[in-house]
Amino acid sequence: MLQDKDRIFTNLYGQNDWRLAGARARGDWNGTADILARGPDAIIAEMKASGLRGRGGAGFPTGVKWSFMPKKNDGRPHYLVINGDESEPGTCKDREILRHDPHKLVESALIASFAMGAHAAYIYIRGEFYNEAMHLQHAIDEAYEAGLIGKNACGSGWDFDFYIHRGAGAYICGEETALLESLEGKKGQPRMKPPFPAAMGLYGCPTTVNNVESIAVSATILRRGAAWFSGLGRPNNAGTKLMAISGHVNTPCVFEEELGVPMKDLIEKHGGGVRGGWDNLLAVIPGGCSVPMLPRDVCDTVLMDYDSLRAEGSGLGTGCMIVMDKSTDIIAAIARFSKFFKHESCGQCTPCREGTGWMMRIMERMVEGRAEIEEIDMLEQVTRQVEGHTICALGDAAAWPIQGLIRRFRPVMEERIHAYKAAHGGTRPVQVPAGLVEAAE
Amino acid sequence: MSVQPNAPDGVEPTRFEFDSESEQQIATILAKYPPERKASGVLPLLYVVQKQMGRQTGSAWIPRVAMDVVAARLEMAPIRVYEVATFYLMFNTKPIGRYHLQVCTTTSCWLRGSDDVTAACKAATGIRAFGETSADGLFTLTEVECLGACANAPILQVDDDYYEDLDGPRTEELIEALKRGERPTPGPTIDRLNSAPAGGRKVLVDDAAHKPQGQG
Repeated sequence: MLQDKDRIFTNLYGQNDWRLAGARARGDWNGTADILARGPDAIIAEMKASGLRGRGGAGFPTGVKWSFMPKKNDGRPHYLVINGDESEPGTCKDREILRHDPHKLVESALIASFAMGAHAAYIYIRGEFYNEAMHLQHAIDEAYEAGLIGKNACGSGWDFDFYIHRGAGAYICGEETALLESLEGKKGQPRMKPPFPAAMGLYGCPTTVNNVESIAVSATILRRGAAWFSGLGRPNNAGTKLMAISGHVNTPCVFEEELGVPMKDLIEKHGGGVRGGWDNLLAVIPGGCSVPMLPRDVCDTVLMDYDSLRAEGSGLGTGCMIVMDKSTDIIAAIARFSKFFKHESCGQCTPCREGTGWMMRIMERMVEGRAEIEEIDMLEQVTRQVEGHTICALGDAAAWPIQGLIRRFRPVMEERIHAYKAAHGGTRPVQVPAGLVEAAE
Repeated sequence: MSVQPNAPDGVEPTRFEFDSESEQQIATILAKYPPERKASGVLPLLYVVQKQMGRQTGSAWIPRVAMDVVAARLEMAPIRVYEVATFYLMFNTKPIGRYHLQVCTTTSCWLRGSDDVTAACKAATGIRAFGETSADGLFTLTEVECLGACANAPILQVDDDYYEDLDGPRTEELIEALKRGERPTPGPTIDRLNSAPAGGRKVLVDDAAHKPQGQG
């Protein structure tokens, strides 16, 4: 497990001063000009060598993403856009960076922007994080005043401006092209790709969109070296990662750990164990609600990293776990996600706009058991009709939790249906009570 | 998908103009975006409207006439502002109470007792269902989706502030304090440092960890 000397976010809990003086004492803004003096190519090469993979969920190598930006300037400005829309249910890690280590983000944003030829960066912060945005704004103001950003940032000769843009309560704006639409002052509806943002992003200009954590770790990686970072974790799953544990554990919390540590150890150490003991565990959703859940027997041994979780048919996602013990109504837990996706669908693609409503309504009946056994397969089919048939991944994200439920807990669903039939008089098809049509809308 | 409702008949003011505090904020906001990309200012300006309405009337919402003012200021077609204002949940397109109680009921909060928080909100305010405003006009109760603070679930957001690690009784206490005109300190309502484990930090307990680290 990770030792304190290898932690990047050393003020994770806000136990010390988050302002400039405190950040400098922790080593931020130390030799930033020297890092910039290495030049963009060397910075990007170092980031590639570090093995850092995107921390927002998709896990795409960050250095490679940076290298997609055009090397020559065709007259259009370049932009770095930082995705701070953290809204994936279960996920609560970037909030800690924004409010307790904001200077790590400002310094890293300068370095990343310089490496990609951008003189301006925007960070899109979810609207609910008002106080967190205020902390970051204070840090930005301090950095301007100290000459760390702005004209001739850190004396490097590079001009750099950093702006906060607050969202207003729409999960879909965490999708990178919806985020750009929102930043341009429109409804957050995803764009068709290609063109990709690196060719045509914000205001039609070359743009890279990175997660808050992916950016915020880069200054430390460049200071301590790619070899240090890639020496942590496992091959192809390098480094440390902010994670969180929520749900039925004794001490829910946010923490930084090495990738590749057994999930069980993380839950035991940081989460203080499952409520009622490990044997009381039902399932874990490992990285935000769009990754399929894992039943207890998988949780016994699985490692917490991109490749290990993928091998189990799930994913690391944001690394923020939702733990459920045996008291959980697992169908209701997943039905709540269906309601979430129904609420957050942007309405642009028909399969998602209509399909999320269908999935929610069937799931609501599954919670009661007021359904036919065959409808489990029908529900599965509906998810397949949505998955892969939409512009963005929200449709997929809405489908996967239900697929995970059916794959892992089908007997529970069947039992619920049988119990409902038994309680309502026999084996005949269930009656749809009056008022259901109304309730559905 | 969800769409924000229209305001009921008869509550729309006939005119709206920005006050001097708002004008200062607008100047700062518009300096962030290229001059030919003024439309980027639409979300921030709608927030400015909502805050000003809160200051002036005690109800932080966005009347349609104010959307027209925003459209004119940003040289946008009014319909483009309407569709943005109704797309984003945090813009209140009808009047709300003085305090906006926003209960997260998504799975992480639900697993930790958000049903109790909802019930306490209803009991303490007399509100019967989400979306309603209490008879005294003090509180509006809204069900919101994941607030992104799951390690401190369950959460009640009051206006801009998160109150965390709640249960039923502490939620009622909070609302009673608001009724008395107090504003309790946001954050965890149990003995706990932010998102660190209750009972004390398991990592970063050694101060030496906070000294400057290796310079590459």
